Amino acid sequence: MSATAVASAVSQASHGLSTDPFIGLLTIFVLAIFVGYHVVWNVTPALHTPLMAVTNAISGIIVVGAMLQVVDIHAQQITLTSVLGAIAIFLASINIFGGFLVTQRMLEMFKKKNK
Amino acid sequence: MQNLLALLYLASAVLFILSLRGLSSPLTARRGNLYGMTGMALAVMTTFFVADSPVIWLIVAAIAAGAVVGAWKARTVAMTAMPELVAAMHSLVGLSAVLIAVAAVYHAGVSHSGVQKIELFIGAFIGAITFTASVIAYGKLSGKFGARAINFKGQHLLNLLLALTMLGFGMAYFFTDSQAAFLMMVAIALALGVTLIIPIGGADMPVVVSMLNSYSGWAAAGIGFTLENPVLIIAGACVGASGAILSYIMCKAMNRSIVSVLLGGFGAEAATAGPAGSAQKNYRSGSADDAAFLMENAEKVIIIPGYGLAVSRAQHALQELTDLLTERGVDVRYAIHPVAGRMPGHMNVLLAEAEVPYDKVFEMEEINSEFGTADVALVIGANDVVNPAAKNDPASPIYGMPILDAYKARTVMVVKRSMNAGYAGLDNDLFYMDRTMMVFGDAKKVVEEMLQAVH
Repeated sequence: MSATAVASAVSQASHGLSTDPFIGLLTIFVLAIFVGYHVVWNVTPALHTPLMAVTNAISGIIVVGAMLQVVDIHAQQITLTSVLGAIAIFLASINIFGGFLVTQRMLEMFKKKNK
Repeated sequence: MQNLLALLYLASAVLFILSLRGLSSPLTARRGNLYGMTGMALAVMTTFFVADSPVIWLIVAAIAAGAVVGAWKARTVAMTAMPELVAAMHSLVGLSAVLIAVAAVYHAGVSHSGVQKIELFIGAFIGAITFTASVIAYGKLSGKFGARAINFKGQHLLNLLLALTMLGFGMAYFFTDSQAAFLMMVAIALALGVTLIIPIGGADMPVVVSMLNSYSGWAAAGIGFTLENPVLIIAGACVGASGAILSYIMCKAMNRSIVSVLLGGFGAEAATAGPAGSAQKNYRSGSADDAAFLMENAEKVIIIPGYGLAVSRAQHALQELTDLLTERGVDVRYAIHPVAGRMPGHMNVLLAEAEVPYDKVFEMEEINSEFGTADVALVIGANDVVNPAAKNDPASPIYGMPILDAYKARTVMVVKRSMNAGYAGLDNDLFYMDRTMMVFGDAKKVVEEMLQAVH
């Protein structure tokens, strides 16, 4: 199955309108900006550096897009597309692991000291 | 099956939002981080089933290689080097976005609709600008390239020309499907990332890093549109919003508009301004022993740490001093200006690393009213953020910038190497007040001397 199907399922869920998948995606996008906006304003300023590190890790979600390129095309595993995709996976994975682990390391420092 | 996969993507998007929500308090933050990791693992697992015949060995190998590099970096990076690390990671997201867009353009057997081509264009050019701009930001932050702003005539015209040419090639791709045009477009966007960032000076880097944080999110969201993948869009939008908010907070803390930061030239301006006021002004200086004596006999001490503290690695000694003073009944607190470090919240992390309890560390709005009743304000390695000119001198370039009201304390002590001006290149009237005592020397040495005097 393709990711297109996922998106069109989402867009058609809204009142059975059969719109272009783009409209459904745009709806998600705009609402997500509002959610992000409100959640981030609640982040305590003391944790703004960990916030940046964790958002770095989260933007590593682009790995999903990269994985969708590393596919068999006409029974060929190694194509320009799959190689570029694999490099992108490598880079995004650095972000994911680096981002989450360095956040973890910083947050450990914010542990309450038991004296 | 398709519905199940869509629901799994939804679950991982919710987990990402929860991970950001966890950061509203240090108590919930670590759990939040676990939510984030779970969300990511779930999204990756799900994608194996979403993709049409994925080449699993190649994907797993690439992830494993990235995991090794990422984990090693996360473990070894010094906390003072966080801004560089973050800038470097932004560049990786940008480059991945570019690679994915190019991979999609060269994807044999997939033709893209008009809307998709526009989305590819947007994802690729934001990614490309993020990539090169972050590389330059990394270089400036780590001192590999000079931090100085580079300005030349016709800079903005050049940027405009580049942007228009990029748009031209984008249109050529749109109408002709020419892969070469797409690559040209990417190449120009890469150049544009460089020319946009070089006029921005070192002092503005916290804003730039936050802004690139935002861009990396938008790049991910752009790719999400191309691939019609909701989880990419949601995560990208949240990251984009987060970076935008941080840029706004940083700009406000420096009293700069985002436009003037982007147009650049702050560093250059300050350099030409030079030391203001040629008249020799008098200041009082004292030894570390004197300072220690005053603090021992104080009831309330507020410490204002700046980046100079971190540079000389004096945090641990300072925390020891705080502990000793606290034992003797002195109320010691830390006051942090939003731009105290080199990225948002940087100083908080540096203090946390030195095991300063976070409930002793206060933000500017929380503590400014306390300076009036403080016996001692100890300024270490900070300068512009305590400059009263920001309040009283409309001619000052930093006029209007919110400051920590250290000047209200009964005694102000400033630990500084010399009388040299700060980052913004300005003189500071705080140093010449009657109740100010300058303690000259390297921050770490001075604090250690104070420590000995208190013992």
